[in-house]
This record gives sequence, C-alpha cells and structure tokens, in this order.
Amino acid sequence: MTTVFCITALTTLASAVAAMSLRNLVHCVLCLTVSFIGMAMVYLQLSSQFVGFAQVMVYVGAVAILMIFALLMTRGGQELFMREWRPMHWLVGGLVSLALLAVLVGSILQSPVIQNTGPVDKVERVKDLGQSLVYEYLLPLEALALLLTVALIGAALIALPPKQHPIKPQPREDS
Amino acid sequence: MSSEAWMPYLWLIPGFPILAAIALTFWPPRNRQGAPWVAIGAMGLSLISAIMAFLSLPSSTGEVSTERWIHNFTWFDVGSTPLRIGWLLDPLNALMLVMVTFVSLLVLIYSTGYMAHDKRSVRFFAFLSLFAGAMLGLLIANHLLILFMCWEVVGLASYLLIGFWFHKPSAAAACKKAFITTRIGDLGFLVGIFWLYRDTGTLLFYDGGEGCLEDRSIVWLAGLPGIAGLSATATIGMLLFAGAMGKSGQFPLHVWLPDAMEGPTPVSALIHAATMVAAGVFLMARIHPMLDFPVAGTQALDLVTWVGAITALVGALIACGQQDLKRILAFSTISQLGYMMLGLGTGGVAVAMFHLITHAFFKALLFLGAGSVIHGCHDQQDIRYMGGLRSYMPVTFLTSGIGMMALAGFPLVTAGFWSKDLILHAALHWHGGYLPFLMGLFGAVLTAFYMTRQMAQVFFGRYRGDDAPQNKDETSPSTPHESPASMLWPLRLLAVLAIGAGFMGTPIYPWFESFLEGTELAWHPGALIHGSTLILLIVSSALVLCGLFLGWWYYSPLVFDPKRDADPLEERLPAGWFAWLRAKGYLDECYEWTILSWTQGLANGSAWLENRLFRPMMPVVAMFTQVISWIARIWDEYVLNAGFNWSCQSLLRQGDRLRAVHRHRIQANLQWIVAAIILLLLLLKWGGHS
Amino acid sequence: MNSPSLAACLIFSACLFCTGLAGVLLRRNLILILAGIELMLNAANINFVAFWRHHPASDDVAGPVMVLFALAIAAAEAAVGLALVISIFRHYKSTNPETMEDKSS
Repeated sequence: MTTVFCITALTTLASAVAAMSLRNLVHCVLCLTVSFIGMAMVYLQLSSQFVGFAQVMVYVGAVAILMIFALLMTRGGQELFMREWRPMHWLVGGLVSLALLAVLVGSILQSPVIQNTGPVDKVERVKDLGQSLVYEYLLPLEALALLLTVALIGAALIALPPKQHPIKPQPREDS
Repeated sequence: MSSEAWMPYLWLIPGFPILAAIALTFWPPRNRQGAPWVAIGAMGLSLISAIMAFLSLPSSTGEVSTERWIHNFTWFDVGSTPLRIGWLLDPLNALMLVMVTFVSLLVLIYSTGYMAHDKRSVRFFAFLSLFAGAMLGLLIANHLLILFMCWEVVGLASYLLIGFWFHKPSAAAACKKAFITTRIGDLGFLVGIFWLYRDTGTLLFYDGGEGCLEDRSIVWLAGLPGIAGLSATATIGMLLFAGAMGKSGQFPLHVWLPDAMEGPTPVSALIHAATMVAAGVFLMARIHPMLDFPVAGTQALDLVTWVGAITALVGALIACGQQDLKRILAFSTISQLGYMMLGLGTGGVAVAMFHLITHAFFKALLFLGAGSVIHGCHDQQDIRYMGGLRSYMPVTFLTSGIGMMALAGFPLVTAGFWSKDLILHAALHWHGGYLPFLMGLFGAVLTAFYMTRQMAQVFFGRYRGDDAPQNKDETSPSTPHESPASMLWPLRLLAVLAIGAGFMGTPIYPWFESFLEGTELAWHPGALIHGSTLILLIVSSALVLCGLFLGWWYYSPLVFDPKRDADPLEERLPAGWFAWLRAKGYLDECYEWTILSWTQGLANGSAWLENRLFRPMMPVVAMFTQVISWIARIWDEYVLNAGFNWSCQSLLRQGDRLRAVHRHRIQANLQWIVAAIILLLLLLKWGGHS
Repeated sequence: MNSPSLAACLIFSACLFCTGLAGVLLRRNLILILAGIELMLNAANINFVAFWRHHPASDDVAGPVMVLFALAIAAAEAAVGLALVISIFRHYKSTNPETMEDKSS
C-alpha cells in the first residue's frame, strides 16, 4: 500500500464523512464533489484511467452540479441549514452503520481472496474496453441506451410543473 | 551549484505564491493583520529562488547559442500514451521571473497600505498571490498546454481581481468584459494548440531535438499546408497570436483593458506592468523560433508587426482624449504593448523583451503613483478635479514625474528612451516598408504629449478637488494628503529602476541583447555615433522634446484652467475628432451594434424555434401516447381487470391493516433492513457449518 | 506504478459504503439521502475495479465495463431521483421525508 493511496483514501473518506454530516447543505455537496474526485484518483492508482476520467465527468461534471441545482431549487421555503439533532435516532443509525462496517471489515480480513492474489501487472487499454463494449456487451449497451433515454424523458416529465402537464391526471378511485 | 541538479524543483518559484493563495483561502477573514505577511513572505521566497535561478545561468560570453535547461517528466499515462510535461529555464524566462517576482512583491507591500481599510483584504491578497503564481507557472512551463492552463488561471484571477469590488455594477461588468474578450482570443490559441499537436505530436517546447520549437518539427511543419496558401507554421503562429492579442490588449481586442481599471489600483499596476499583459508578449517571444523561420515564410511576424504598429498609434491617440487618470495610463499601456509587438515583429525577442522589462518598471511606478494620488484625493479619479498636488504630496510627485519621463522617453537618462529607441531602430530596418516606423515615431510624439497633459493637470496649478460633484455638499474643504510609508517606498525603489534599467541595453554596452541571444558582449563606444543610429537618436529625441513642449504649451496652468476652458484639443482639432478620441474610438459602440446584436438575434431566433416549433410538437407526441394508453386502458379494464378486482380489493384491505405496522417511516424501516442484513451476514460467515 | 493492495481497496470501499449508509439512515433531507446512495454505488464500483486489477486474467475488461454501466445507471438514477425530489418539494413544500409521511397518511 503506497502513501499516495493512503493520502487519497483518507481525504476521500474525510470529505465523504463531512458530506454526510455538515449542517450547511451546500457545503455537503461540495465535500461530496471532493470525495468523487478522490475516488477518481483511486481509479487512476488502480491503473484504470478511462474509468477515472469517466468518473470525473459523470459525477463531478454532472451529478454534483445536478445536486446543487436541486438544492437551490428546493431551498425556497426552508432554510439552508438543517437543524436536526435527535440523539436516539443518531445513536441507533450510527450503531447500525458501524456494525455493518465491522462485519464487512471482519469478513474482508478473514477472506482467503486477499491473501492469494498478488498485484498483477496490467493496464486498461481504452481500445480493448471499446471493443468489448460493442462485441461482448452489445446487448447491455443498447439496453443502457434505452434506459438513459427513458430516464431523460421521465425526469423531464416528473419535474414539469403540474399545470403544464400534457396528460390530464385521471381522478383516482378511492378504495 | 550546478543548475541541472535543482531543475526538478523549479516549480517552487510559482509554488510559493500558490501555496500562499491556498493558505489565505482558509485564513480567518477577520484576521487582517497577518494575512499580507503570508503573501509577502511567499513572494519574497519566490524572489530569492528566482534570483538564484537567474544567477546560476552562466553569462554566455561568446557561446554560439543560448544556454537553456530543461527538465521533462511524465505527468500521467493515458492507457499506454504518456503525457510528458516539463520545466524550462533560459535567459528569456529567467529575466521575466526576476521581474515578475520583484514587481509583485512591491505591489503586495504597496497593497498593505492601499487595502488597509478594506474588509475583504485577506481575500484580496489570496487573489493577488494566485495571480502572480499562475504567471510564474506560465513562465517556467516547457509545455504549451501547461502554459495555456496557467494562462487561463491568470485570466481567472484577473476576473476575480477586476471584479473585486463587485458591488459596483461597473466593476461587475468590467470583469465580465475582460474575461469574455480575452476568451475570444483564447479560442484561436486553443485551435492553434490542437493544430500544433495534430501535426507534430508534441507540445513540449524543447525536448532534446524532438520538441515543437526545435528545428526538426519546424522544418516538418513548414512543409505542411495551412490555410489561405500559408504554411502550417505561419497559420499556427497567427492562431497563437490571436491568444496573445486578447491577453496583451492588441487592437481590436484591447477594449477590456481600459474597463479593467475598475479594480483596485494595485491590481491595475500588476495587470498592466508585470503579469497579465506581459503574458501575451512573452508567449510570442517564446514561440519566436517558429515565427521567424525563413523557409516557412514570415507572414505571422508581419501580422504581429502591423497589429503592433496600429495598436501603438491608436492607443496613443485615444489616450490624448481621456480624462480619467487611470484610463490615460490604460491606453498608454495599450500603446506600449503595441510597441512591444512592433519590436517583436521587426527586431526579434531581445528588442521586445527589453521594452517589456523597462515598461514593467515604469508602468508599475506610474500606476502605483496614480494609486497614491487617488488614495490621497479621497478616491477622486478625474484629472479635472485634481491639480496642485505637487505641494501636497512631494514624494508621489517626484516619483511619478520620473515614471512619466521614462514613459515619454526623455532622451539619454530614462529607461523608456533606450528601449523605445531600440524598437524604432529595428522598425526602420524592417523589410516590409517604412510605414510602421513612421507610425511608431508619431506615437512617440503623442506619448510625450499626453503624459505632459496629465502631469500638468494633476500636479500643477491649484487644487480643484472641492469643485468635484461628489464634494460639493461637504462644508469643510478636503485637502489631499501624502500616502503612508508602505506605499511610498515601492515608489522610490521603482523610480530608481525606471532610470537605471535602461542602461542594461544601450547600444554602447548591449548586455541585455547578448544575455538573451548569446552573442558576444563587448564595449562599442562608437555605436552611438554610427550612421543611422545617431540620426535616429537625434530625431527621436527632438520629437520627444517637441511632444513635451507641445503638451506644456497647451496645458500649462498659466494658459489652461479645466474649470474655465474647454479642452485645448477640442478647440484646435476639426469638429468631431476630439469626441471620437474621448469616446475611445467608438469601438465599444461598434461591438454593441454588430456582435452583441447578432448574438441577441441568434438568441431570439432560438427562442422563436422553441416557442413556435418544438413546443407545438409536444402535444402531438402527447396525443399519440394518450391514444396508446387509451387502448391499453381498455384492454386492462375490461379484459384483465374483471377477474382481479375482487382479489385486489381484499389485498387493499390487508394493506390497510399492515399500514398501521409500518407507520411510513422509511428511514427507520431501512435501519431494520440493514440490521437484518448484518445478521444474515454473520450467519453466513460464522453460523452454519455443515 | 505500484497499485494499492486488494485488502486496502476493499476496506476503503467498505468504509465509504458505511458512510453513505449512515447518511441515508440519518439525514433528514432527500437530496442528501440521494447523495448517500451515490456514495454507496461508488463504493461498489471501487470494488469492481479493485477485483479486476488483482485478477490474474490479463485480457479481460469486465470490471471497468461493469463500472461504466454502473456509472451510466447511477447518472440516470440521479436525474430521476432529483426530478422526484423537486416534484415532491413542489407538492409538500419540503424535502424532509418525515413531513411527507405525516401528510400522506
């Protein structure tokens, strides 16, 4: 394990924890962005450059921006700072998360997988990636394209203001 | 110490200010006392390292080519292609490094006095450090892409600094204008970078014979076709020059520079003297080997020459009609940048760089002096409401006077005289005709004229500040005051340099030229009285003196009182000419009528398409979907549903009962799910041994 | 370039996963809950790449391909999720899941 990885991982984790715990929501999303960048650096260290760059483009470039937009659009009625502190709730939730962490780390450390595989000398070639996308994984790729289209249209439809909704909602029958 | 050994650490020079900028970003905004010292300390370390780098370059006496050290390394791999970048140190950027760190340090010290009362001064020092750091990074880059990245950071920092007082609408508009105008030039720059990379496959400047500025690549490029019958070399050179035009305020992309005066005055000094505008000239000097390649044709250099000459003349003309103290200086900067480009196109790197360095010193001096005047006159910038400041602020008067003489090119003793003379001398011997030379000469007269006009109105006569519109209602008369010592010492230091820097490159002992071009250094005591040099010296001295005299003749407080008289130029020039000058040549209006209205039209067209074409299509699509869903619904209700209705009803009833259990608490439910998963995992791991 | 060991990557991703989970369980804002879900998805992605990196088969790119698919799906999910959040906000004037629960029953 290299020092570079240590630094990256600790920064990523620290900003992820900050993103999940800060009170100012805009700060939360900014920390989340830092954490996404850290993950992209981990991909680079795992010699998977294309995935790393895709991570930066999709998460930092799109998802984080989208979140900021959503944050600013929903800020209207309520405050930017969340006042939420209920000890019992936080205690139970935190305990559950920590327990899951303990179980996961315990099973990772005991697993035989981590002992018998040494690092393999390999490099991700974008050409291989592209070829396997259009030969081996053609069907999933097409399905994914369809999914993205559906998601795009769906997101637009869901977020449309109600009065401009092109389809009149049917009166629901009460059961 | 051998220079090679510490080349990998050359990044420390820009590194210190950038680290300071990062540190100041997290600095508590209320602690305004300590912040400047972080910035000043970092810049001092940079200055020391830059001087060390400068001294470690051997004085190349009699060697054939200039010495340069390169340190290239792999940044990261993309697949199997490594992206290599590097640092570069040669006489060209070593000089610039010392100059930039030195001027930045003085500006920072000056700012401690100037910005003392601003609540956001911590942020100001962070921005200044970032600005200087990016500029230093631009200087040491041995890779066009790294240079471009630093170039953009410089642009960003200038945007932040010009708009530092963003609560003023004019400042907010000015920073946007600066950013967008330079962006137009950068588009050409970027296309040039792409083109260069496509044809040579490398963006490293020097790489042991493989770099894009070395003979192999240039010969290869010169054989390739560009656009409009030019060679690829000339085309790429012109594209890169487009970037330099935006950054260095060349005509017609100079419009952002006068508006950039909305920032705090130290920023103006830094932008116009040391960093931003110097970047364009430096870029041209850096790629000069590519431009000046005889086989490929020198059309790009011709373009540089003509643009430079036009800019020099237009800038000087417009400066004669301005009334804002800082705008006069802004247009003089534009004009001087034109001279640098003219020198670069006709005389080569050494000529342009010499003027760049001397100009950096005396223009920083003039701007800091102007800042001192504005500070002392309670933020008054209009020269019509100044006057008589000679007795109120003597140090500022003396140092600004020296700066003004240097800019005007007062014969023999000032730095501006020697460097401008070198440019004119080069322009005289240019292969393409005498017109640029004549334009430069005329510009020199105008320079002396408008600087005298400004000095006479600001420092002589009697103080007119009480007549200013914003001071009318104040009962007690406000007197101007001298600035604090932290603002005066940089002025004194720069004044010495504005005189002394000129003797680096006189024709008698051309140390500057030999240092940059690696030619033999020797005394030429007879060079001054040699043929054309002597004639040019006499002619330009006479013209400068003539300009100074003319300025004093028109604007001396004995004959001219801004309160009483209209501007003498307005009376003497044909009608309409002075209005043209005062309105900055109507270029802003011209852009507004053409480019801005075209953009508006395009946007209106898009809106029309959206409203008239795409929006009506939506209901059609929706109708289609509705028909399909109607069919589906009929099928569902009358064929599928009939049998299920009863079971659904009973399911709903069951669901109602279950709802009481769930109470809709998503997150609480999720907790139980996770707990269950943990249990399952434990069971899987340690539970069931068969 | 020497890459981090498999165990380190797995523990790193486990930590990230649990951080995201804690966010989903504890925060009272729908957008942050979505952010937590994104963190969990990313943790899974890191596992994919880590296992691929340490797997002996040399010409197999299944790991990165899987991550690319997951990226695309996550992007779609984020878009739809945030659209839902905006729509919910419009209806309930809040992005707190609890207010929504109280009004719906």
